Amino acid sequence: MEALKQELKEKIINILNLEDITPEDVNDNDPLFGDGLGLDSIDALELIVMLDKDYGIKLADPKEGKAIFQSIETMAAYISEKRTK
Amino acid sequence: MKKCYINGTGCVSAQKTVDTAFLEEIVINDTHNVLELALPNYKDFISPVAARRMAKGVKNGIVASAKAIQEAGVQYFDAIITGTGMGCSVDSEKFLKALLDNNEEFLTPTSFIQSTHNTVGAQIALGLQCKAYNFTYVNGAVSFESALIDAKMQLEDEDAHTVLVGGIEESAENTLEFLKMSGAIKATSDVPYKVLGSDTPGVVFSEGATFFVLADTQQETTYAQLTDVAIYNLLEPDEVAAKLKAFLKNNNLTVNDLDAVVLGFNGDVNYDSYYTTLANTLFNTTPQVYYKHLSGEFNTASAFGLWVASNVIKLQHIPQAIKVNNLDRPQYKNILLYNQYRGQDHSFTLISKC
Repeated sequence: MEALKQELKEKIINILNLEDITPEDVNDNDPLFGDGLGLDSIDALELIVMLDKDYGIKLADPKEGKAIFQSIETMAAYISEKRTK
Repeated sequence: MKKCYINGTGCVSAQKTVDTAFLEEIVINDTHNVLELALPNYKDFISPVAARRMAKGVKNGIVASAKAIQEAGVQYFDAIITGTGMGCSVDSEKFLKALLDNNEEFLTPTSFIQSTHNTVGAQIALGLQCKAYNFTYVNGAVSFESALIDAKMQLEDEDAHTVLVGGIEESAENTLEFLKMSGAIKATSDVPYKVLGSDTPGVVFSEGATFFVLADTQQETTYAQLTDVAIYNLLEPDEVAAKLKAFLKNNNLTVNDLDAVVLGFNGDVNYDSYYTTLANTLFNTTPQVYYKHLSGEFNTASAFGLWVASNVIKLQHIPQAIKVNNLDRPQYKNILLYNQYRGQDHSFTLISKC
């Protein structure tokens, strides 16, 4: 699980081009949207595509994303449970 | 009918044009067939949060427009009008590459959103919270002049009082490779590259962003009056002189009234005869200026040319590095710009001292 969290932090920083942020700056329970990393709805779409492409998880209902993308912790837990690759 | 004044300029180019006086630090590079930009410090102009989705063309557009706005001291625009031949090539390539690499699956929105030609105008408007007229012209090498004509007409007809106009071009890896393969960019074996007196085909390519604040009132920062702009899709070399004379006549001028001409020489032996013919006949007693040895060639390089001409009028001086001939005038009142690309997209732009 720890390795997955680290991987997610690196992927998010890379995919979303978060300049001046390192994986060490992101705590597992920091909110990804709003006050935390400050991600927005376009970033949410990028994360949905990442789940599909890298972990084989298709979100049938994008509204699910609100709970899944709450933090690195919630993302890692969801991916561990649902991943197909 | 109102007049149209150039009240502020901003330029990001292969030269240091952001934080220096007019062409005070010139670098003439004759060994690279693609000139790299002298990049500004983007963080001085764009927050990291906003910048993270922007490719360099968008960032350069924002920086150039910010400099023009800052100089003119304007907060509100009645129109934002841009011109670009190739648009946001970097994100276009990124999106198409993802399409191919992932077998048309897993397409992400960011590069698609950012790839459209009007991205620069849109991002500037978002930054300024400007909900006014916003238009982007995509007309090859007269994209910028098309934007100028639109702005000028709106100002003259009093549909607008202050307009932000710019030309933006962004080079991208694959596009450059295609241009090299097609011979549009000079071959590496042709080094050293010359713009004047070149005997090889193709051009030295580059990119850039140049913006102007145009307004219907003159102010302390005014560079010149934008007197007239005309574009022609196709002209034969022997047709240009007659068109040019007619253009000048429409403005109650003759060739003798021109204090300088800014010619778009780009070193392509197949097409520079358009310029040399005029330089050796119609303009043989007129001070001649060139600029693409500094800026490189790209669809909106003529915006860099207008930036050069505007500064010549404001400063009443032609730097040695941009002189084609050694003629001078005691005063630079009327300057004509003539540009074309590969025998197409001809433009005449006339600016005058106020």
